Amino acid sequence: MTIQILVFLILAAIAIGTAVGMLVSRNAIYAVLFLVSNFITVAVLYLLLGAPFISLAQVTVYAGAIMVLFLFVIMLLGGEKLPVAAGWGKQRWAIIGVAVVVLVEAGLLLVLKGDMSLMLIESAMDAGPASIGMTLFTKYALPFELTSVILLSALVGAIVLTKQDKP
Amino acid sequence: MIWEWLIKSLVLILSLTTGFAYVTLMERVVLARIQVRIGPNRAGPRGILQPIADAIKLIFKEELIPTNADKFMFIVAPVITVIPALVVSAVVPWGPTLTIGNFSTPMGLADINVGVLYIMAITSISVYGITLAGWSSNNKYATLGGLRATAQMISYELALGLAFVGPVMLAGSLSINSIVEAQKTLPFILLQPVAFVIYFTASLAEINRAPFDMPEAEQELTAGYHVEYSGMKFALFFMAEYIKMITVAIIGSSLFLGGYQGPFVDQYPLLGFVYLFLKAFLWLFVIIWIRATLPRIRYDRLMALGWKVLFPIALANVLVTAVVLVLIGG
Repeated sequence: MTIQILVFLILAAIAIGTAVGMLVSRNAIYAVLFLVSNFITVAVLYLLLGAPFISLAQVTVYAGAIMVLFLFVIMLLGGEKLPVAAGWGKQRWAIIGVAVVVLVEAGLLLVLKGDMSLMLIESAMDAGPASIGMTLFTKYALPFELTSVILLSALVGAIVLTKQDKP
Repeated sequence: MIWEWLIKSLVLILSLTTGFAYVTLMERVVLARIQVRIGPNRAGPRGILQPIADAIKLIFKEELIPTNADKFMFIVAPVITVIPALVVSAVVPWGPTLTIGNFSTPMGLADINVGVLYIMAITSISVYGITLAGWSSNNKYATLGGLRATAQMISYELALGLAFVGPVMLAGSLSINSIVEAQKTLPFILLQPVAFVIYFTASLAEINRAPFDMPEAEQELTAGYHVEYSGMKFALFFMAEYIKMITVAIIGSSLFLGGYQGPFVDQYPLLGFVYLFLKAFLWLFVIIWIRATLPRIRYDRLMALGWKVLFPIALANVLVTAVVLVLIGG
């Protein structure tokens, strides 16, 4: 268990590091790559929790499909170089407020929920593809189908919005 | 057993890299024969040492980095391209369980219950290397090649993923081992001919091989994303391309041609390796044959083929397979 916590701490450090890197990077391509590394690190965390299906779905969907599109659009539009940092301006207090709230919540969670090793044990359940499929299509069938309808309507909406009238 | 894993990984990586060297030779020889030429025949008997000569030449080439290139990305991009190509075939079994005396081990690196999904995940991130190589070179041909590669690979990934679903539904499992075992009597190419054709076409597009080699079209893009690369960095791209060919052949053989299954494979497990090799060899030969025969198709046709032909057919195939499976109670 100690090795598992050690690995978790290393991965968590990488995840936080890449997330911060994404935020402070002044080059959009590097920001995308930091985010990709972050997604992959989180996928490895899922693997550590005994959820290979979620882990690989995360890599396929987020690190693979979505971020490739991000990269594609950035390269196509040539918007790699962001302007020099303009300072936080009026958003400063909002940023500090959100950061304080998140930190306090994380601290409360740690204090109230006890140590991390307990959380690791609780989540180590059967999360194979078969059981996930059964759960999705029986217990959560309605939310699942609703999500797909929402995604479909978003897709149709995007096409309608960008479609130009024939001249 | 960490040593077992290490040895198996070493076997996998060494066979892939050796395979890469000799697939280049095979491609040159087969192309030469089809075009009524002689082909490489100077280094060693029948040109058998040609890959080694090529490797030595590439090691001693000068490494050029363009002045305005993004140096870090320029150096990292070939590595990002090679690693997915090397690791993607880790879930494919090479044969049934091998028993030597008291020691028995499954032939294959990893039998995970999400094998097919693993392949999808690795192929979906393998596009980064090519895209970044094109972008970091700071060269318009390279950037265009990288963009083309991205668009092409994400378009054909959908059809490829749906082609995987056919064998997965027939076998009732996402593990490649179970899919191969389910083909003991009948290879899935007979039950899923449509999925096989879609897999074959989409995989050619996915690895940027002719007739879908738009990202590296010599005539219009000089060489596409790797135009600025030289020496070993170029060799890495070359290696990735050929290892991807081998991987596509191995995965395709396992999904549709029965993988290591064949006569007497239960008595002699090592035969499984031979069967897999022969099937992959045949597959590679067909890929090279297609390169020698078909002209490159136009870019808009390529996109239209991916989205308007392959994708709907693959979707219909999944639907029909599912309905039939439910009706016959499979």
